[in-house]
Amino acid sequence: MATPTTTEAAAPQGPAVQPDLTDLIRVAVPERGLRQDLRAASVVWRRELIRFRTDRLRMITSLVQPVLFLFVLGTGLGALAGHSLPPGVSFKTFIYPGIVAMGVLFTAIFSAGSIVWDREFGFLREMLVAPVNRGAIVLGKCLGGTTVATFQGIIVLALAGLADVPYNPVLIITLIGELLLLSFTLTAFGVMMAARIKQFQAFMALTQMLVMPLFFLSGALYPLNGLPAWLTVLTRIDPLTYIVAPMRRAVFSHLNISPAALHALAPGVSWFGWTVPLGLSLGIVALMGVGMAGIAIVEFNKTE
Amino acid sequence: MAVQTGGEAEGSARTGPAGPSQFSTAEDTAVSVSKLTKRYGDLEAVRGIDFEVRRGETFGFLGPNGAGKSTTISILCTLVKPTSGTAVVAGHNVVTDRDTVRRNIGLVFQDTTLDTYLTAEQNLRFHAELYGVPRAAVAPRMRQVLEMVGLWDRRESLVRTYSGGMQRRLEIARGLLHAPHILFLDEPTVGLDPQTRSSIWRYINDLKQREDITIFLTTHYMDEAEHCDRIAIIDHGLIVAIDTPEALKASVGKDRVQISTADDEVAIRELAERFGIEAALHEGLVTFSVESGEEFVPRLFAELDVPIRSVSVARPSLDDVFMSYTGRTIRDTEASSADAMRAMAQRFGRR
Repeated sequence: MATPTTTEAAAPQGPAVQPDLTDLIRVAVPERGLRQDLRAASVVWRRELIRFRTDRLRMITSLVQPVLFLFVLGTGLGALAGHSLPPGVSFKTFIYPGIVAMGVLFTAIFSAGSIVWDREFGFLREMLVAPVNRGAIVLGKCLGGTTVATFQGIIVLALAGLADVPYNPVLIITLIGELLLLSFTLTAFGVMMAARIKQFQAFMALTQMLVMPLFFLSGALYPLNGLPAWLTVLTRIDPLTYIVAPMRRAVFSHLNISPAALHALAPGVSWFGWTVPLGLSLGIVALMGVGMAGIAIVEFNKTE
Repeated sequence: MAVQTGGEAEGSARTGPAGPSQFSTAEDTAVSVSKLTKRYGDLEAVRGIDFEVRRGETFGFLGPNGAGKSTTISILCTLVKPTSGTAVVAGHNVVTDRDTVRRNIGLVFQDTTLDTYLTAEQNLRFHAELYGVPRAAVAPRMRQVLEMVGLWDRRESLVRTYSGGMQRRLEIARGLLHAPHILFLDEPTVGLDPQTRSSIWRYINDLKQREDITIFLTTHYMDEAEHCDRIAIIDHGLIVAIDTPEALKASVGKDRVQISTADDEVAIRELAERFGIEAALHEGLVTFSVESGEEFVPRLFAELDVPIRSVSVARPSLDDVFMSYTGRTIRDTEASSADAMRAMAQRFGRR
């Protein structure tokens, strides 16, 4: 039998464990507060990590698509596109930043989709009936998705050498930072969608439908300059654009190429000829993430 | 601040079920409901009910599917807002004081709400964190509740590998983890085989001995209602009877006879003409109530012209109670209400 040793008050609420006549452990559930909300967010986050760790298959399948794009599409199209690239720069290197973003894309959205899954299998209810702020749960979920997606992105980052990208510590840290931001925004987007969609299949269908256009319009596979007007507009609307461009900038500034080539290949996003500064570009992505997470919190507060 | 309602006054180890109400102070009332209604569009799921549940009691809500049981329990658990009326649970209003109510109750839903890809222990830890169980209390309390339901040895197995009965037990353990004052069980044994059902009840009864807890449950199994200290029979959103199982059965007072005959129509007519007994077809059998079944059966064989194929005599059960209050057996209502429920489920979507 468990001996409920009276503990040195771990929680500021005072000793809550006190053996009574029937050896019953009394638990005093504390009032709601920031501390409780943080604990709730943290456990939702940890669950995401446990689920990810035990799901090896998902880790591998999420890698298939980026690898396919990078090596099959990259090599194949590279034969064609190679002529327009400066010597020493391969097409694989050019699309590499976008492919890293892609590795994150699926994992982040799939991770958010587990909310729909949880709803169908009942576990969401366990979370929603708990006496904690719903915002804490949404936040925990967003951070969980951010963590696993970034981790998935790091696996793709490990392939850098195969795309002729140097393993430069500064570059890797920069990219990881940008991946974190991207993962958060994508997860927040997924969670926002999951708040409304009740069936997992519908969620997958809808996100699949959105993910590909997001990816194709992000400039991951082609330069953003010199596009027809309609495509220019669409690429500028795509939030992914604002993260792929800084990532490409980071990669190319660590390559041994001329400033002119750097400017031609990774010019950053421009609005009517004005180059959007790096900070604003990242700020847009962050703002969208925060905004969508906010909408998700409002949505979840409305249910039940 | 620690919220700890004074459940464990020194030396007052509870023995057996709560006695009848000698006094009724707010302290002793676990649930108090008055004039409660709930509408879904033009469907009135709960149509003005009043009742009280005393502390330490096992209180059962008995009724067919779609009678308003689940709606009522959902209101009490703060999952659904009532249209009108008030409900006070563990001393707090379910609408205005939602979080406090939630902290003080444990919930076991009809459908599983476990993460089956986690182990039993991980599921419980998740719950403990979510409910803010003080860190030092988590491990001992977890062991206690797992031992209570006989799952301590299986704590490291994935819940996926559990049988239906084990999952339900784990849910009960989880519902108890934060030491709630009231445990709500919505159809705790639905979909389980008879052996598992009775084992679940063994655990629930054992739990009553060990924890100072009020249990509120819904069921549509008559035999389960017998485990309750008091029962409310609910039908069409109204409480039609509320009392102890014994008192309810005594109020019916008659034995139930069911016969199968060559021609049921004729048998019903003959019963009316010769014995003045009102019989009806239930579950495909001619069913009626008489004072003393054993003495009546010989007369039945002697005086009824229609050949009788089989006879069964039953002492009054809650089934009869239900029938005498609603005019139907609980199984009669299943067929018709199943369709209505399905329609409702589609309309409101499953949560």
